[in-house]
Amino acid sequence: MTIIYMLLAISVFVALIFFALFIYSVKKGQYDDTYTPSVRMLFEDELVKEGSANIKNTSKKTITKPETEPATWQE
Amino acid sequence: MVNCFHCGDACLDVEIKHEEKSFCCHGCKTVFDILHDNHLSYYYDLENTPGISPKEIAGKFDFLDNEAIVEKLLEFNDGNTQIVSFLIPSIHCSSCIWILENLNKLNPSVKSSQVNFPEKTVRITFSTEENSLKNLVILLSRIGYEPYISLDDSEKKEKYINRSLIYKLGIAGFAFGNIMFLSFPEYFEHSEFWLDQFKPFFRWLMFAFSLPVVFYSGSGYFTSAYKGLRSKILNIDVPIALGIAVLFIRSTIDIVFDLGTGFFDSLSGLVFFLLLGKFFQQKTYSYLSFERDYKSYFPIAVTRLFKNAEGNTIEEQAEVYTVQKGDRLLIRNNEIIPVDAILIKGNALIDYSFVTGEAEPISKQSGDKLFAGGKQQAGILEVEVLKPVAQSYLTQLWSNDVFSKDKFGIFESITDSISKRFTVVLLTIAFISTIFWLVVDPSKAFNVFTSVLIVACPCAIALAAPFTLGNVLRIFGREKLYLKEASVIEQMAKLDTVVFDKTGTLTTNQKNMISYEGIALSEEEKQLLTSTLRASSHPLSRSLYNMLDKNNIQTLDEFEEEVGKGISATAKNNSIKVGSYEFVGYYDELTSEVKNRTTVHISANQVYKGCYIFNSEYRKGVAEIFEQLGIDKDVVVLSGDNEGERERLEELLPKGTKLYFNQKPDDKLNFIKALQQNGKQVLMIGDGLNDAGALKQSDVGFVISENTNVFSPACDGILHATRFNKIGDFLNFSKKGIKIIKWAFLFSLFYNLIGLTFAVTGHLKPVVAAILMPLSSISIVIFTTIATQYVGKKLRTNINK
Repeated sequence: MTIIYMLLAISVFVALIFFALFIYSVKKGQYDDTYTPSVRMLFEDELVKEGSANIKNTSKKTITKPETEPATWQE
Repeated sequence: MVNCFHCGDACLDVEIKHEEKSFCCHGCKTVFDILHDNHLSYYYDLENTPGISPKEIAGKFDFLDNEAIVEKLLEFNDGNTQIVSFLIPSIHCSSCIWILENLNKLNPSVKSSQVNFPEKTVRITFSTEENSLKNLVILLSRIGYEPYISLDDSEKKEKYINRSLIYKLGIAGFAFGNIMFLSFPEYFEHSEFWLDQFKPFFRWLMFAFSLPVVFYSGSGYFTSAYKGLRSKILNIDVPIALGIAVLFIRSTIDIVFDLGTGFFDSLSGLVFFLLLGKFFQQKTYSYLSFERDYKSYFPIAVTRLFKNAEGNTIEEQAEVYTVQKGDRLLIRNNEIIPVDAILIKGNALIDYSFVTGEAEPISKQSGDKLFAGGKQQAGILEVEVLKPVAQSYLTQLWSNDVFSKDKFGIFESITDSISKRFTVVLLTIAFISTIFWLVVDPSKAFNVFTSVLIVACPCAIALAAPFTLGNVLRIFGREKLYLKEASVIEQMAKLDTVVFDKTGTLTTNQKNMISYEGIALSEEEKQLLTSTLRASSHPLSRSLYNMLDKNNIQTLDEFEEEVGKGISATAKNNSIKVGSYEFVGYYDELTSEVKNRTTVHISANQVYKGCYIFNSEYRKGVAEIFEQLGIDKDVVVLSGDNEGERERLEELLPKGTKLYFNQKPDDKLNFIKALQQNGKQVLMIGDGLNDAGALKQSDVGFVISENTNVFSPACDGILHATRFNKIGDFLNFSKKGIKIIKWAFLFSLFYNLIGLTFAVTGHLKPVVAAILMPLSSISIVIFTTIATQYVGKKLRTNINK
């Protein structure tokens, strides 16, 4: 029956691992926002490509700058 | 009616066909193009019409060229990589999350972006080599997600989130579960060889588990009890701390001298349940802030003008705090004036709705004084600063002492008031029974003394209030009254005076009642008027246009708008002038009654016709709510406006309602203070920044808000405008909540009596305590939850009636 020392040690050890993981996840801020991840996990691989063949050729339009200089505000 | 593919608004004036889809404006179409070209049209598959129409931002973010300002906004900056968090009020659906987290597909300089939906923020990491903060902000604005940057952001706040309650709860729950398992074998007092062998080992293991529970999870109760005792208040934490301490000491003595198992299971359970109650009571509405002051409204930077050596005027983006008296500032359309200033040049049409709640903008001439907090609505202004930002008419309100005090530290909660008597009775019973046993059987005296303190530990009493108030808070939230914290409910139940602001609170700040006075217009003139108004973008023209018949719109031959004055137009040999009295061309003395009002005058073919008068419209049910509140409370109206509306109000409201006009922000605060000094418990209901002092000073301050996404000043609760006429129901409900708490107290005292009979007779076994304690706690939680939900259901049917 002394095996019970062993078993207890193991069970407490396992419990402590889960406990440590809980503390870690709280610390990392996983409980700060409990809503967004639930939406995020439902997103698909989403790029909609029509005629995806020519996509590689056309350079991706990136907008780093507004196409026109901001017009001066008018009265 | 066709709706816009991007934003879902009805395409009223124009409908742009593009790629077989309809758009309501070019802004929406542009966003669609941007997303489509970058293969991000999944945005539109995720939700129907998720988009927001982008606003005109030209020049608006020029201040981000100023390095010092940029540095203040950044969370992290190592030269190559920068991290910034933006508040984006327009985040509202899953499409928003998706597009903002895929920003890197629009601009590769973005390394990662993460949305916090409840707080409506996005945190973006980007590389500075390829992009600047300004371009990032412009990119966001161009797809409709314009970040909200205010003066508030310029003060770097340590972003500290207090998570200690979760840790404490986690540790207590962890220990509670394990100790329960370990104490289980001994519950049955079954003599068995192996069980006896392992007893000491099990007991010391439980002792080890209980250490963090007492010294970490329970630490808050000791400090709170100590603070209470020092200020000579017997708060509820005193008997709780006593209970925890006695439980721990008694149990330790029990296992050291091998007297029994101890009460480690009850101890950890007690702390766990108490913390659970605390946790439940904390319901936060992350996207609502109850702490805002003027800084959340004011811009972080202004355009300052100065002359360089050659005498040319130069524009410079300056931080608002650096603005001095005498500086010249340039205020663009839709910018907020952050200082008290004198208008030098330009047509001022100032919207003070942030400050006063007044819906109609006010027109100012050069030389007039402009107060801080107004939003310019027509073109560019040049102003000279009279008082810098911290000393303006509006902002000096915040230097009042009331803003540095914590409102709820002072009052005695319902739980504390019962715990005073409870603790005294408890200690008396403990001492009497100890003395009794010292005489009868001294060996049992210590046992009885500790048992009494253990079993009477007011766990159930301490849980009654948090769970009831937590439930009430959630029910209020469902009915669109958002409270800052649960303690507000207790205060609500005590109120005996209600003070209303007038403009924006009793009146709506969206709709206006428009009436016409003068010579009736002919059909032709009416048509010409609508056609003319249609072309004008002035806010008054817009509201007037919305009200008029839109049949037979004509094409105008001539149209001219003089900003700040009016419009003139001709069509088919008819001419019309719409605008201010002077503009229309007549200088006769106006009756003072008309003068005090917001008016639009009309003249047709050089003949004065009359004017449209804009009356602020009172909310639905104002009279009824005054009647209802008037039954058992004093009701007062406190207005910053002149007496122009006195007659209308007197007619509308029940007789005897006190009306005060011409109240400055400071006056409002002092008025509330005076009421309180007369022993009144005051509810202040306001809406604008000018009520901020009164809201803070009052016992409970509510803000009426048409749209909870729009910022409201610091307060204890935000009430949605549609629920305005239900204030009485909410107040009654809070009273019922307090009644439920009192019943729960009775209920838990009953449990205590049962426990005490075990304790004083010296029969308290650990297993009895281990059953009684959770049983009482859980049944109290169930009772309060069912009772509040039942009453809450009634509230809902009442509100939806």
